[in-house]
Amino acid sequence: MTDITDIARSFIAALPHSHALGMQLESIGAGQVTISMPYDPALVGDPETGVIHGGAVSALMDTACGAAVMSHPQAGFSTATLDLRIDYMRPATPGQTIRTRAECHHVTRSVAFVRAVATDDDESRPVAMASGAFTVERKG
Amino acid sequence: MRPPPEPLHVIKRRREGLLRTLVDGVPYIRFLGVEFDRRGDELTAVLPFKDSLIGNPRLPALHGGATAAFLEIAAMIELAWSTLWDGVESEGALPDGPLRLPKTIDFTVDYLRPGLPRDAYARARVNRSGRRYASVHVEAWQDNRARLFAQATGHFLMPQPLRPGSKA
Repeated sequence: MTDITDIARSFIAALPHSHALGMQLESIGAGQVTISMPYDPALVGDPETGVIHGGAVSALMDTACGAAVMSHPQAGFSTATLDLRIDYMRPATPGQTIRTRAECHHVTRSVAFVRAVATDDDESRPVAMASGAFTVERKG
Repeated sequence: MRPPPEPLHVIKRRREGLLRTLVDGVPYIRFLGVEFDRRGDELTAVLPFKDSLIGNPRLPALHGGATAAFLEIAAMIELAWSTLWDGVESEGALPDGPLRLPKTIDFTVDYLRPGLPRDAYARARVNRSGRRYASVHVEAWQDNRARLFAQATGHFLMPQPLRPGSKA
């Protein structure tokens, strides 16, 4: 059976940069997605501690937020980031998968607003949070 | 009499040494392929294009996440570089112990136009650098320096000097 989740999963896998970072789609709903990024020594930012670089977390946030927009029924299947702010609350624990849950919480005719939370195995303490604005394609 | 000026190769070796110390130890900088072009104390970060940086293959355009990561690396290295520059120039030697990079507190990226499938460049400016916090702005362009495709501002926590026992 091919459902929207399979289509979305292969879409994420077809984004070369997301694929290079090992991202996997875990779930997708109307305006809500969860994407995970397994620990990879190539993504380390601080060799002393083995903590993943903030830039890799940013890429995960951007992918999850964009996917949340595309999965929203009013936003259409193409989008681009206008701006994205990321707050880094704590270093992700080395060796653990980072998982981002993104929600497209408001859509106008032109702009989609998104927020996201990234966690590692300890889901009670977020690693990072993001909020952003994305373009909405005009329906022609 | 004035002492003779330092030989050029000594100056270059010292400055390249500092840059290599900051950049070469970070696996993620290698993963993205970011390089730094140095002219005196001015750094330009370079992101050579490769297919794995593409986000949307239909356009094709650089992945917003690759752009964000590139800007964050450019900002963080500029901050560490400018903080260490004076000491390294006057002491003539790299600081002892492992170099610790500033930690990102927050980072806001403004996407001005799609990133094209070609090389990108970025230059960062430290607008405020205190003992604990710093604010850095960074601009990125491709073909034309005046046509930015992205800019960002970030706040960073400075690495605190390790001085056991010196605490008042």
